[in-house]
Amino acid sequence: MIVAEQKSLDEIKKLVGSAQKVLVVGCGTCVTVCFAGGAREAAIVAAELRMSTKLDGSPKEVTDVTVQRQCEWEYLDEIAPKLGQVDIILSLGCGVGVQAIAEHFPGTWVVPGLNTKFMGLPTEQGVWAERCAACGDCILGLTGGICPIARCSKSLLNGPCGGSLDGHCEINADISCAWQLIYDRLNSMGKLEVLMDIQPPKNWQTSRDGGPRKIVREDLRLDKKEE
Amino acid sequence: MSDTNGYHSGSNLERILRAGHFAVTAELGPPQNADGEVIRKKAQLLKGYCDAANLTDNQTAIVRMSSIGAGTILVQEGLEPVIQMVCRDRNRLAMQSDLLGAYALGIRNLLCLTGDHQTFGNHPTAKNVFDIDSMQMVQMVTGMRDKRVFQCGEEFKGQEPRFFVGAVESPFAHPIDFRPHRLGKKVKAGASFIQTQLVFDIEAFKKFMDKVCSLGIHEQVYLLAGIGPLKSPTMAKYMRDNVPGILIPNEMIKRMEKAGEPWAGKSKDELTAEDKKARTAAWQDEGIKICIELIQQMRKIKGVSGVHIMAIEWEKAVKPLVEGAGLYPRPVVPDASTVSAQPA
Repeated sequence: MIVAEQKSLDEIKKLVGSAQKVLVVGCGTCVTVCFAGGAREAAIVAAELRMSTKLDGSPKEVTDVTVQRQCEWEYLDEIAPKLGQVDIILSLGCGVGVQAIAEHFPGTWVVPGLNTKFMGLPTEQGVWAERCAACGDCILGLTGGICPIARCSKSLLNGPCGGSLDGHCEINADISCAWQLIYDRLNSMGKLEVLMDIQPPKNWQTSRDGGPRKIVREDLRLDKKEE
Repeated sequence: MSDTNGYHSGSNLERILRAGHFAVTAELGPPQNADGEVIRKKAQLLKGYCDAANLTDNQTAIVRMSSIGAGTILVQEGLEPVIQMVCRDRNRLAMQSDLLGAYALGIRNLLCLTGDHQTFGNHPTAKNVFDIDSMQMVQMVTGMRDKRVFQCGEEFKGQEPRFFVGAVESPFAHPIDFRPHRLGKKVKAGASFIQTQLVFDIEAFKKFMDKVCSLGIHEQVYLLAGIGPLKSPTMAKYMRDNVPGILIPNEMIKRMEKAGEPWAGKSKDELTAEDKKARTAAWQDEGIKICIELIQQMRKIKGVSGVHIMAIEWEKAVKPLVEGAGLYPRPVVPDASTVSAQPA
């Protein structure tokens, strides 16, 4: 899932600025599951903004709504009727959601209420960790299902650096050394020989380094004549 | 292609090692400013006491004079440089172009490293690069040297950069069982010499070298063991507890503490400036003594071709270490006349 966390109320207030009527838009997918921007959080942020601006002596009108999926235009249509009554949208979607709103409603000012952090999973209640960096050319088949691109601080491809100690990364003890994990897993499965090959430099073109990415599936596209 | 006379680069370090001498390299830390005099002064401390001096590349991710810039000053000073290059700050384009320039400036030895993460340094908010890793860097630079191809596979004409290429290994970093194999991978990638992380625990290092020798790696590479003088018991404990891969036996720390015993039990306020100076000198003497013993033990270990002295910000210590270990004067291996040691 995409994991995000809320910006501080202070920052949100600065982003909202002088706008009087605010619509907080939550999202029912990833950010709901990671407790950052679902219906519950949208209602809480809206209430906080109302109370805080009231205490400041300049109360704002804040309402909230949560769509099923902020990252698809068709799910945004349900908020269209509300747009005439608001000055600004505070999106509690991920960065994709914010941009989907901006693209779908060119005349509406939208600001982000979350910081989108990474693609990852919950490792325990209340803890999420990064797992994928969307490099566009998956190498998990070489590394026992543990990604060194996303999980090694230096994205190394040929084993650990000299900073691996007691299973953790040199950066800090809270980060596991991805290469220790890979080594242990391959070792336990009798596949250490995989690590003896020298992996060539990665082709980063498939990653963000190749420029913004796009996938076109001709088999799924609607025939232009029918559009 | 230039006549290499069988050498990769024909550098002094390569000639010394090829001739079978026990080599000595020493680290020289460039300053955090643009003052070339700092390099010249440090060069004078090392000249004659080592076969080549390593110039660190933004060590611990702190901005310093570039290793190539500082290395060029060493060339002018007549002290052979080993320039270090890390993967943190440059992508494959920058690495290759800087190395073409370094060769043109007369630099002949290169050490390839991963590099400390930037969060340790003075620009923790920087974006890192890590486009390629140290193993891939070794492959890239030996490819430029031996096949005259850039990393992309494109061939180039004219002078190729002929470096004596080295890599590093930290024998006690984890996973410890993988370390000799990782070293083997670097050799397979094309490294001709290896410099290790600081070693204080000789018994543990012997086990590492046994493994390296059992894999036959010692026959394919010159391994220079990293050694360095301890400055104080506090520094020793700090390194032991905070630097991954550094093991310091308790007896060694006790020896350092004992050296400072005459001043022990006194609070900071009770110690005069003279006391502190005398205590520092006592610690340093002991640190140098321990380090000389380490060098002597290293000379007996199978597969060890030399030592790499890392006297961090204490270049003055190199002279007494090399002299004390009986490694002075440094041998002279005649420069093969066909190998150009001049800037291209």
